[in-house]
Amino acid sequence: MSRIKNAFASLEAQGKKALIPYITAGDPQKDATVPMMHALVNAGADIIELGVPFSDPMADGPTIQLACERALAHNTSLHDVLAMVAEFRTTNSSTPIVLMGYLNPVERMGYETFVAAAVEAGVDGVLMVDLPPEEAVDVEGFFKSRDLDMIYLIAPTTKDERIERIGHAGSGYVYYVSLKGVTGSKALDVDDVARNLERIRKHVSIPVGVGFGINTGETAAAVSKVCDGVIVGSAIVNLIAANADNAKAAQDAVSALVGSMRTALDA
Amino acid sequence: MSTNKPFDLDLPDARGHFGIHGGRFVSETLSAALDELETTYKKLRDDADFQAAFDKDLAHYVGRPSPLYLAERLTAHCGGAQIYLKREDLNHTGAHKINNTIGQALLAKFMGKKKIIAETGAGQHGVASATVAARFGLECKVFMGSTDVERQKLNVYRMKLLGAEVEAVESGTKTLKDAMNEAMRHWVTHVDDTFYIIGTAAGPHPYPMLVRDFQSVIGREVQRQSVEQFGRQPDALVACVGGGSNAIGLFHPYIKYPEVAMYGVEAGGLGLDGNDHAAPLSKGRPGVLHGNRTYLMEDENGQIMGTHSISAGLDYPGVGPEHSWLKDVGRAQYVAATDDEALDAFHKLTQLEGIMPALESSHAIAYAMKLAATMKPDQVIVVNLSGRGDKDIHTIATLDGVTA
Repeated sequence: MSRIKNAFASLEAQGKKALIPYITAGDPQKDATVPMMHALVNAGADIIELGVPFSDPMADGPTIQLACERALAHNTSLHDVLAMVAEFRTTNSSTPIVLMGYLNPVERMGYETFVAAAVEAGVDGVLMVDLPPEEAVDVEGFFKSRDLDMIYLIAPTTKDERIERIGHAGSGYVYYVSLKGVTGSKALDVDDVARNLERIRKHVSIPVGVGFGINTGETAAAVSKVCDGVIVGSAIVNLIAANADNAKAAQDAVSALVGSMRTALDA
Repeated sequence: MSTNKPFDLDLPDARGHFGIHGGRFVSETLSAALDELETTYKKLRDDADFQAAFDKDLAHYVGRPSPLYLAERLTAHCGGAQIYLKREDLNHTGAHKINNTIGQALLAKFMGKKKIIAETGAGQHGVASATVAARFGLECKVFMGSTDVERQKLNVYRMKLLGAEVEAVESGTKTLKDAMNEAMRHWVTHVDDTFYIIGTAAGPHPYPMLVRDFQSVIGREVQRQSVEQFGRQPDALVACVGGGSNAIGLFHPYIKYPEVAMYGVEAGGLGLDGNDHAAPLSKGRPGVLHGNRTYLMEDENGQIMGTHSISAGLDYPGVGPEHSWLKDVGRAQYVAATDDEALDAFHKLTQLEGIMPALESSHAIAYAMKLAATMKPDQVIVVNLSGRGDKDIHTIATLDGVTA
């Protein structure tokens, strides 16, 4: 059983929902990332989405754009990100890692090379924002052959027949984008999410995580009632940015936020 | 050089691919909007009322057909093939961009969208979008890198006079690619009521196809005018390539005539040896950016590189996917002209013909001058003079040490 599947199965058995924090690898320094990943786990993270920095993050708001710029200021590459995962795996063999980012760094490395290196490093899933299932048909064989989960987005604008297709194409979980907008937007509408989740559940049998606009324990808890996991990105990245010159302070601030979300989710 | 290979004229395929290029590499939120646009466009493409509305505005608003002009003194200066200029600079708003914005604004209107957004580099597409927004009573917002806002002040003011809001983009390299990122972000957030008018034949399917179709009026007119003026088709076509919309507009109707050579001229900047250029077809490799797979300027890690060109309109690290395909199949040749060559061509055309070309188009003139010298006097080159140079006078004055 894949680590992701395993994580959701074990949470379900305990009646809990997954807490899935996102950080951008290499932000603000390359050596800050692995300790931060461990801090996330200690604070209650079930799965980590590790952002692969990209020069042109079209689906991201200013918070993650700036995180990418900080990471790229010292050339954090896809190779570096894979090395970080391998280092994390030396002391953590159970927490699933999903690489999240844009397609071009993977195109440049080559699909076959990337998939082999990702599996070798201990990556469990990949979410490439600009790789919808229609375009993935040409390359999904590489991922499937090594059981690397392909995580796809579903948006409020996604029509039912497409939801069904995405539900079949993806594995691990699907990522429901809670609003029409970029990451770090503020106005998540819980009722709207609930209505859409009902629609999605009719077509999707794998777990559904919800992200975009979740920045407090309260919102996380409310949203978690209708899904299987909550994804928190910009709220965490903002704390990393605010403590960019002090790794310990950043870890403390992030641990406090993630810890409070864990408490709210489990209440 | 030219080949007898039969070229697939039905591209893009159903998924928007030109060979390995093109496609629809976008975040999920935009998929529905692109599906809707594709469905609407496929319906309207063959709709008599839509075509009539488009043709009417091209004739009476844009001022088409644009002349095909024999540049006699430039020809004499180069001492070779006859150089004809396709005068897109004489269109309303001074460039080819208006052909496409009229088409897309009509699409927006047929789709019931009241707001349009656009990205712009040199400002020509921004002006053309602001113009059609005024013409059709639409709200218009233009995204422009703050570097370009600075170097194209006149066009920024023109857009504001036309009633558009200009948003200076401060992220990344602060040029065209970042303007496009920001326009995409805005579109994702306002996808229900907003139509995104992409200015070049790039981006996610169906944009490369529909921009090409709207711009193909250029090549179709050249086909007709060539027969009228010199009784046959030209030997070579030359056009500058940034995103490549003026070039594909000229080239596309000629793809099926392999005896007509096609040259796309990229921005060679300070020279192709270093990284200070904007020539992905000459020096880049295929990758994915802005919704399509195409040749890109990228580093060894797949990060998009900053580009350099004297011309803001060519300062883009990607290119339309149909050009990438034309390169791969060998149907078109892609070359480059440096900043200095383009500047020299600007001055030559101004002094010899009394025509001030845009710095973008000056790249095409520069290569055509070289090419003409290698050809015979009974041969013909058609150069797409895609825009006029008024907007660049400030840049040129500064380079020449003139303080206006």
